[in-house]
Amino acid sequence: MNCIRGTFIWRHRNQLSMHKSVIGLFCLGLILAFGVVGPTEVRVVKFDALEHLMTRDSEKIEVINFWATWCKPCIKELPYFQQLQNDMPEKVNVTLVSLDFADVLENKVIPFVEKRQLTTQVLLLDEIDYNSWIDKVDPSWSGAIPATLIINHQTGQRKFIERELEPGELEQLIEELTI
Amino acid sequence: MVYLNVILIALAVLAGDGLKVGDQAMDFNLKNVDGQMVSLAGNKDVKGYILIFTCNTCPYSVAYEDRIIELHQKYAPKGYPVVAVQPNDGQRSPGDSFGNMQKRAKDKGFPFPYLLDETQEVTRTYGATNTPHVYVLDRKSGDTFVIEYIGTIDNNSKNAADADKHYVMDALESLLDGNSVQTTKTKAIGCTIKWAS
Repeated sequence: MNCIRGTFIWRHRNQLSMHKSVIGLFCLGLILAFGVVGPTEVRVVKFDALEHLMTRDSEKIEVINFWATWCKPCIKELPYFQQLQNDMPEKVNVTLVSLDFADVLENKVIPFVEKRQLTTQVLLLDEIDYNSWIDKVDPSWSGAIPATLIINHQTGQRKFIERELEPGELEQLIEELTI
Repeated sequence: MVYLNVILIALAVLAGDGLKVGDQAMDFNLKNVDGQMVSLAGNKDVKGYILIFTCNTCPYSVAYEDRIIELHQKYAPKGYPVVAVQPNDGQRSPGDSFGNMQKRAKDKGFPFPYLLDETQEVTRTYGATNTPHVYVLDRKSGDTFVIEYIGTIDNNSKNAADADKHYVMDALESLLDGNSVQTTKTKAIGCTIKWAS
């Protein structure tokens, strides 16, 4: 949140200390570079943002989990993803993609993310015509959540799992994709 | 012929992917919220059914409740009533227990049967995976119904007014006009079915 405040100050006030100015510049740079505004911010995105994650050139293993605040098995497995991001930040890039309706962003999704202290990237995918995009994530996807897509951008290998993961399974899947 | 059908259905179930468009619909005998048993063959007057696997607890099912009622009100008089089947295991999903189904049906004034698939056998046979998951059935001869469409109701679960593809209605209109259904399969977006462990 300091980033947001810092940027806000940098943008809207001229009477700054050099210190704040530097923070502001740094944070604005982060926003421009990654499109995220802080650890617990939730960005509402369209499919192109998801497509970017799935196709970008990155050395890190891409881990994309589809979930929603109303989905109990999803909530149960969220800590696995947070833990993975904590344990291997240099190796994986975890994104939690909420399929909640965009109009519950303020009263459900953001409070949930804050309460759970999620620090992974969280996106809310505001694409209601599911049949227009879910096949692009994986043709085998029935549309149920939880669902997880893991991509090794370097080898092009992908794994798609449409069910709740077991403890330790995520690490195992990543290992399989790394070899 | 009956045996052959049973074998074919059993094979389809063993294959793990459920019934397909063009397959004969399996009949069932399930308990309605009013305590009566309901089967497809029980109503001799209908041309077919809008069979919907749906439940109390899934936000997508809730979002579609009014549209399911509208489908019934519009198409039951034309020969295609809704039959709703609740597929979730009541222990894994207590909000979907028979008592809660009865309450929901009463509160919303469901004008159609709301049946409990207690053994989950019907759900498994049809291959429903999500709620709501729709199967449009058309009577071919006698009590033989064929599946003409499988999937979602329309393309906007959040807001009926914003939907611009009405898959189930389009399928029914085609059948009523004596034409073949254009879009026969979509993905039924919704909550996973809660299987008994």
